[in-house]
Amino acid sequence: MSSEAVGRPRPKGGGAVPFRSLLWRLPWLRPLLLLTPPMAWFVVVYLASLVLLLITAFWSIDPFTTQIVRVWNTDNFRIILTDPTYRTIIGRTAGLAALVTVTDVVLAFPLAYYMAKVASRRVQSLLFAAVLLPLWASYLARAYAWILILNHSGVLNWSLQSIGLPAANIGYTNAAMWLVFSYIWLPFMIIPTYAALERVPDSLLEAAADLGARPWRTTLDVVLPLALPGVVAGSIFTFSLTLGDYITPVLVGGAGSQFIGNVVYSNVGIANNVPFAAALATVPVVIMAVYLLIAQRLGAFEAL
Amino acid sequence: MEGSWTRLALRAWAALILLFLFIPILLIFFYAFNTSNIESWPIPGLTTKWFNSTWNDPDVRAALLLSVQAGLTATAVALVLGSCAAFAIHRASFFGRDVVSLLFVLPLALPGIITGIALNSFFSFGGVTLSIWTIIVGHATFCMVVVYNNVLARLRRTQGSLIEAAMDLGANGFQVFRDITLPLISTALVAGAMLAFALSFDEVIVTTFTAGSQRTLPIWIFGQIRHGVLLPEVNVVVSFVILVTIIPVVIAARLTGGGGAARVPAAR
Repeated sequence: MSSEAVGRPRPKGGGAVPFRSLLWRLPWLRPLLLLTPPMAWFVVVYLASLVLLLITAFWSIDPFTTQIVRVWNTDNFRIILTDPTYRTIIGRTAGLAALVTVTDVVLAFPLAYYMAKVASRRVQSLLFAAVLLPLWASYLARAYAWILILNHSGVLNWSLQSIGLPAANIGYTNAAMWLVFSYIWLPFMIIPTYAALERVPDSLLEAAADLGARPWRTTLDVVLPLALPGVVAGSIFTFSLTLGDYITPVLVGGAGSQFIGNVVYSNVGIANNVPFAAALATVPVVIMAVYLLIAQRLGAFEAL
Repeated sequence: MEGSWTRLALRAWAALILLFLFIPILLIFFYAFNTSNIESWPIPGLTTKWFNSTWNDPDVRAALLLSVQAGLTATAVALVLGSCAAFAIHRASFFGRDVVSLLFVLPLALPGIITGIALNSFFSFGGVTLSIWTIIVGHATFCMVVVYNNVLARLRRTQGSLIEAAMDLGANGFQVFRDITLPLISTALVAGAMLAFALSFDEVIVTTFTAGSQRTLPIWIFGQIRHGVLLPEVNVVVSFVILVTIIPVVIAARLTGGGGAARVPAAR
């Protein structure tokens, strides 16, 4: 094959050949060419949007025309920090996010432990798939399912009444939001916790037992510290996803269930005050940044 | 080392959590066959009439069409850009590489509402009218991340020696790509594409900010639930959406040995 090529003049229009040798001579050229289109997309669309959002947060609107006034000021942030309404909403959002996170840790840990340390290989992989599936089943569907369960004549009250208990009307309350958020984000806690527990070598547990530790002492002093990065990794998801949500509060929350996301949404849509919405949207980002900083200290990023 | 009681308790706990995870989802499928148009339990009887009326609802059809069009286009864009990024990051070590790889994870790490409102103000600032293309731009941005993650993970596991051997045997860059690299990463590409489509097909938060007055299927569902109308049709559509999002994920998990589906953390 090559002998055929030898002695033949270079193919005409051989722009490809110098180009190929150019790639060969400049090894950084290929990654640069590959990286340019996705980076261009990211910088032009996504980063530009985020930067614009940040700048918009320092603008305001004309109260009469609702036109954006491009004059630098920090009024939006002052209102957010001083107005008790917004402080309540921020507190509610962050508080519920924390509560959901704790609930998911409690629900997930024993299951993750069972998957990693007790179950057989086959059961382990079955459980893993079973935990992943609901994660992918439509988010809206999972929130909607709880409307069906919690409504006045839903499954919950039917079950309670059939065992002789009084009906529980928790539909459209903060309790419903707590339940639904805990349900929706639970797989996000189970998976990293399981992954962390699976990496704990069995020999450590045996060593602890040989040294005379009771099972609960082994759990407390050996398993928990080693699983902590996984739990913290899971908590990043449960906390951040709850913090930025506004769909579940609309669907299952009540009158006093507004989240940061709902106020942001109504300021973009109805009130048409995009600068204020932008300023408020920075609040979850700041909270998450602080949270991530703490998580990093606890070694959560190695467990992601 | 656990006592048999502990084992039993753990097993019972695992069973309870599984019930907790699956009962709500299965319930929707039951309600889709509900004869009554009132959503109460127990349902009085089973019927398939809502499937008929949903299928013939022009709003549902239009929303489904828009969702499929946006999902397929966003997936195609994500497939090209996401694999380009994965190849570049995999091959090269350059200054700022970590910054770039962090950047590519942002759309999944930041709350969807931030991405949504950022894109919304970007479009209105640039005077872009909201259309199917703005939906696609929003979806492609986070779908790209899914493809990128899947392809990069596969590239890290494949051996460079195969590519080197092909080059030593005289294959040119295109031949190496067609005969060696592409077959090696093909299942990762398919898996990435399926996950990306599933993500796009179900997305509601970013979409509400980039769709304007258009309705994708999730936006239609959200609107109906919020206003409490046409709930029997919602049951049918939601059951359908569950199947459409779960089936590609099951296939993707098979193609990547479970890794792909687990590697997409935040579903937005």
